[in-house]
Amino acid sequence: MIALLTRDLRLAIRAGGGFGLGLAFFLIVVTLVPFGVGPEGGVLARIAPGILWLGALLACLLSLDRIFALDFEDGSLDLLATAPIPLEGVVSVKAVAHWITTGLPLVLAAPVFGVLLHLPQAAYFWLVVSLALGTPALSVLGTFGAALTVGLKRGGLLLSLLVLPLYVPTLIFGAELVRRGANGMDTQVPLLMLAGITAACIAVVPFASAAAIRVNLR
Amino acid sequence: MPQAAPMLRVENLAVTRGGLPVLEGLGFTLEAGQALVLRGPNGIGKTTLLRTLAGLQPALAGTISMPPETMAYAAHADGLKSTLTVTENLSFWAAVYGTGAIDAALDRMNLRQLADRPAHSLSAGQKRRLGLARLLVTGRPVWVLDEPTVSLDAASVALFAGAVRAHLAQGGAALMATHIDLGLSEATVLDLAPFKARPPELGGIAGSFDEAFA
Repeated sequence: MIALLTRDLRLAIRAGGGFGLGLAFFLIVVTLVPFGVGPEGGVLARIAPGILWLGALLACLLSLDRIFALDFEDGSLDLLATAPIPLEGVVSVKAVAHWITTGLPLVLAAPVFGVLLHLPQAAYFWLVVSLALGTPALSVLGTFGAALTVGLKRGGLLLSLLVLPLYVPTLIFGAELVRRGANGMDTQVPLLMLAGITAACIAVVPFASAAAIRVNLR
Repeated sequence: MPQAAPMLRVENLAVTRGGLPVLEGLGFTLEAGQALVLRGPNGIGKTTLLRTLAGLQPALAGTISMPPETMAYAAHADGLKSTLTVTENLSFWAAVYGTGAIDAALDRMNLRQLADRPAHSLSAGQKRRLGLARLLVTGRPVWVLDEPTVSLDAASVALFAGAVRAHLAQGGAALMATHIDLGLSEATVLDLAPFKARPPELGGIAGSFDEAFA
């Protein structure tokens, strides 16, 4: 399992691995928003939590189709499926690798990007907390979409359509947590909901993803 | 040769490709030290049979019995990562199978001089040799090989035959689908043509073509 994780991380940072792609995409989305809605600080500050969360979500989506598609194309997925690691374990490790290469950089970079959107000072802490709690769910849910579309030619768009609705609860509670943090309101409810959604996803989704891969490999 | 339970026993097996039965009534056993070569025309179901044995797809009927954790499967595709080096590719599979030692495999498949080359710079035959070296690091006794000699030159085929022979001598077994003569005189040949599935109207098993997940 550790070997699979180090392999996936190594592949991500080698040429064509797509490391940093999501981060760059996040930066561009966040920079484009002030151009679109105007540079007025009050407006930006109000929409910043939602924009930051949407940007993180889209950046996460960008690299999802690579999770299994590359392994499927070169035959590794067949071999991994017959290897002693259970497929559920493979899925979990792939989700972790995806989170480390996509979610974790977003969490770390988000405060910097918050400056671009006039995010209120009180919200920075909650932005980091909400992304740290929420992005693992995005990666794990992403494996399910990737598993469903593995083997489909140009399944990327279908993948987005399948996965984005699943992201709705995380988006709602993630953005709400930051908004409440910014306004100095009670944050406990969205915090617990966000953590609960992530925990449930981590517990359940790998089994669904593994089942989807088994069907697709037949 | 110690008389033990067969490493692989297949009874009355029927396999499907795309929901349609391709082989039925297939039965054979594979003993330790035995190599079995599957023959048959294109489309007879060799790959389908091997994928079924590897557990990648369910059998339509029949039983496959083998001890758990004994099989190493090698498909048409080698499963190599082009940006990783030969050593990294091989070490990964060695770690997955918990064996860890890749030196013997590098020497056996004559890959030592290529060890630090990224896989995308290898020729087709060299990639194939790396794919076969993967079998050596699995430490599994039953090799299930689909067209193992594709794109290998005569010398590499001999190299591979030597690796199979050494594997058999250590009590392993090999089941392979191949069209060319490996020079393994001890291998048994199983012609799949007599097991071709009959149409349902002639008494064959009905497929599940209309099944959504076929």
